[in-house]
Amino acid sequence: MANDRKVLAYRRENGRVGIRNHVIVLPVDDISNAACEAVGSNIKGTLALPHAYGRLQFGEDLELFFRTMIGTGANPNVAAAIVIGIEPGWTQRIVDGIAKTGKPVAGFSIEGQGDIATVAQASVKAMEFVQWASELQRTECNFTELYISVKCGESDTTTGLASCPTVGNVIDKHCAAGGTASFGETSELTGAEHIVAAKAANDEVRKQFMAAFEDYSNLVFSQRVDDLSESQPTKGNIAGGLTTIEEKALGNVEKLGKKTKFVGCLKPAQAPDGNGLWYMDTSSAAAEAVTLWAASGAVVHLFPTGQGNVVGNPIEPVIKLSGNPKTVKTMKEHIDLDVSPILQGEMTLDEAGDALIEMIVRTANGRLTAAEALGHREFVMTKLYRSA
Amino acid sequence: MIHFLVHDSADTVGVAVVDLAAGTDCTGRDLSTNEPLKAIATEAIPLGHKLALKDFPVGDTVIKYGCEIGRVVRPIRAGQHVHVHNLKTKRWA
Repeated sequence: MANDRKVLAYRRENGRVGIRNHVIVLPVDDISNAACEAVGSNIKGTLALPHAYGRLQFGEDLELFFRTMIGTGANPNVAAAIVIGIEPGWTQRIVDGIAKTGKPVAGFSIEGQGDIATVAQASVKAMEFVQWASELQRTECNFTELYISVKCGESDTTTGLASCPTVGNVIDKHCAAGGTASFGETSELTGAEHIVAAKAANDEVRKQFMAAFEDYSNLVFSQRVDDLSESQPTKGNIAGGLTTIEEKALGNVEKLGKKTKFVGCLKPAQAPDGNGLWYMDTSSAAAEAVTLWAASGAVVHLFPTGQGNVVGNPIEPVIKLSGNPKTVKTMKEHIDLDVSPILQGEMTLDEAGDALIEMIVRTANGRLTAAEALGHREFVMTKLYRSA
Repeated sequence: MIHFLVHDSADTVGVAVVDLAAGTDCTGRDLSTNEPLKAIATEAIPLGHKLALKDFPVGDTVIKYGCEIGRVVRPIRAGQHVHVHNLKTKRWA
């Protein structure tokens, strides 16, 4: 059972448990990427996180931007953070947000002194942070303290038969033991929204979920040029045997488990404020969605794949599992756990769930996932609409 | 060897879990009851693709996971391959 397992992890200043010990160099905006990458190159053991946004955003889109930036720095897998922006105002707002966790964080702005002086100042601080972080020790923590996110990709019919229900088995065990987890992929619930709605813990949560679902459906209808058959299902999904969005969604929701009810609805990148299973309103695009969960504080991601998605994230390890006996051979280096014996009845879902828990424990203790070893560090911000 | 799986007893399609050659005499399993099932694949069906368990007229609805997964747009006979050439979404359409 998951409830009494222990992991060796990092307990942060605010009590939260992380399984990695990154010192990140976070650009506030696209034009500060160069300075961040220079610091990342100067000081070994730091991790620069370049991205495309952070200028002239406004309204809800700007709020999401700040939530993502602050949440990324605040994630328990991050030991310390350097923040670099063109202007001091937004830089300081992000520094202050991350500082609430109690972890070391320092901000630098480029305007008035240029890249070179900024890189020099930030490098001195980054070196101090990375040497401090390198002496932090892993300590024994409870498995149930790990906040887990789940999302599948390059799905096929084997994800619905094997890898998604394996994740569902872990969700049932983790949440019953008092753990925290989150699912999302709003557009990919189409055709199974009634099943998700039935899993809401109460009417208020159900109403919130249906409002988010209908909002996304309306967006799809307002922007579509055809029946979306090029995007949902994708070409990869179709090659794997999935025919319609309904069929894809019904496989997807196998990840939610058989018994677990979800206790609340989160905005993109919003941190849950209690344990249990939470719905987050995310896109179904893998890199975007995992980035949002990492910013909400999730420390490990479970990623079922059928045809072989290769996504990773810079700060949240992504564990891939597949039930497709061809994919586990042809894309072996991307798959952390093979659950294909389920198809022949040679492995039960309960056994597969326990094998996945074992892989989470190993990953939490330090094993690099396939995506980490292969250098997959997709950091992709969700943008709600055009900048001003 | 198991050739195909069915999620729910109400399902009208099975999923091939090995590549099926035309004419394969198939053994299946219903995951909701663990009961064995029989079918003949009348055409080649790749691993992961769907096998019709009954005849479907145009306009009929295909059931998988005990739920609707789309509308039949070309007639399908039991044992045939069910995919984008004969089944379409009822959503976003």
